[in-house]
Amino acid sequence: MKATKKKTKKEKENMTNKKPEKLIDKKGIRLDGRKLDELRPVKMEVGVLPNADGSAYLEQGKNKILVGVYGPKEAHPRHIAQQDRAVIQCRYHMAPFSVDERKSPAPSRRDVELSKVIREALEPAVFLEYYPKTSIQVYIEILQADGGTRCAGITAAALALADAGIPMRDLVVACAAGKADGKMIVDLMDTEDKVGEADVPVAFMPNLNAITLLQMDGNLSVDEFETAVNMALDGCNQLYALQKEALKSKYVAVEEAEEK
Amino acid sequence: MTSQEIVVHIKKKRITELLASGKRVDGRGLTDYREIRLEEGVIERAEGSARVRLGKTDVLVGVKIGTGTPFSDVPDKGVLTVNAELVPLASPSFEPGPPGENAVELARVVDRGIRESKAIDLEKLCVVPGKLVFVIFIDLYVLNHDGNLIDASAMAALAALINTKMFKYEVEDGEIVKKPGYTPLPLIDYPIAVTFAKIGNKLILDTGLDEEQVMDCRLTMTLDKDGNICAIQKGGGSGYFTKEEILEATKIVLKKTEELRKIVVKS
Repeated sequence: MKATKKKTKKEKENMTNKKPEKLIDKKGIRLDGRKLDELRPVKMEVGVLPNADGSAYLEQGKNKILVGVYGPKEAHPRHIAQQDRAVIQCRYHMAPFSVDERKSPAPSRRDVELSKVIREALEPAVFLEYYPKTSIQVYIEILQADGGTRCAGITAAALALADAGIPMRDLVVACAAGKADGKMIVDLMDTEDKVGEADVPVAFMPNLNAITLLQMDGNLSVDEFETAVNMALDGCNQLYALQKEALKSKYVAVEEAEEK
Repeated sequence: MTSQEIVVHIKKKRITELLASGKRVDGRGLTDYREIRLEEGVIERAEGSARVRLGKTDVLVGVKIGTGTPFSDVPDKGVLTVNAELVPLASPSFEPGPPGENAVELARVVDRGIRESKAIDLEKLCVVPGKLVFVIFIDLYVLNHDGNLIDASAMAALAALINTKMFKYEVEDGEIVKKPGYTPLPLIDYPIAVTFAKIGNKLILDTGLDEEQVMDCRLTMTLDKDGNICAIQKGGGSGYFTKEEILEATKIVLKKTEELRKIVVKS
């Protein structure tokens, strides 16, 4: 009983966005009750948008993310087409109501950069050479943001690409690690990202041992950086299992419906 | 296929074959930089400026100082903004118009290095907390593109900041009154960016444009003066790195940033 009371108080602090004094308590428990190496609760679902060729919905903590994939289809405008492969057009976009202070729907410089790095994180996974002169459109909408949206966006986008039936070398899965109150942590939420010492988002294709996105801001020694990469990759592997489940469960649901 | 794409394919074959025997098209070692030429104070109208040439790559950086209101979450700190212009005279691939994703990425990577290393003591740039602060504008101006714009721009930005002179001032009734004389900008760290490119399974530094056109991808690490990492960016194409490659790169970057810092920070 006591424990739950404590948690709600902490959660309130988190909601009002006040700078908390401490991100991690003496017992190594984080603001939202997680351990240092614990991921937030995750929910993934594919095939959620009727009009899109592929789609996925993902919740990770308070993050709510919807991804729609269209294509491969004729590249438009024409000059972006590549003669020997498909191009991916990726838009990372935050809904105006997704953060505390309304965000203008016009793309910010951050959005432009993230759209680029997310595209580059997904490209290595897709057999682009199968579809020359076409474009694959990946639209990532952040409906609610709570830190780590680029990673969650990539995890969901890979699911949507797979749901669209686009041939891929592997799923791409992403997770961040970082440092807060001097301790290394995984899957940072918004407050930990803003107040903490460092954030290292990593995207990974587990079957190919391939890191397709790596960024960092903050301050880490070389050894701490290595720890962060290892923690992020651990997180990726856990999320990877959930991704595969989400893909399978769509077809289980279809099978069950047919049996009825 | 367009003629340009064919040329890139031919180049890729030659560059990859050479790299397999540890050689590069221009005869450099895998981790050698091209000749670095640094000039400071090249634009008298700017509070600070520097021009860095890495071989034929040429970047001019100007620092202007203005005033403005601070961000509400950090009312006691000055503001830093970095902008990049890929000026159309610098390359046939640059076009006039608002900054595209490459320019935005370049500016944000340089910005992150300076910001996260806390190179500028922004608290010293606060005039009236919550109301009036100095704004440091760093404008990256690419004059000739021959590869590795990130390292050249980051180096030029740091050199320009070191070169920056601030006028002395007093605060009267919440307003800034200029006084004769200048002081240097309050700098407390000296971040250096080093960018790796991966071609085949080789990692090389300071790519020329030929190499950049055929690379799988690149990885930029910015280190502060204590050898800690303060910013990382992977980009530059649809390739990937393994964890082992990244950790190997980290070791080389530690040494290389030291070398480069000695060139930019002289005292």
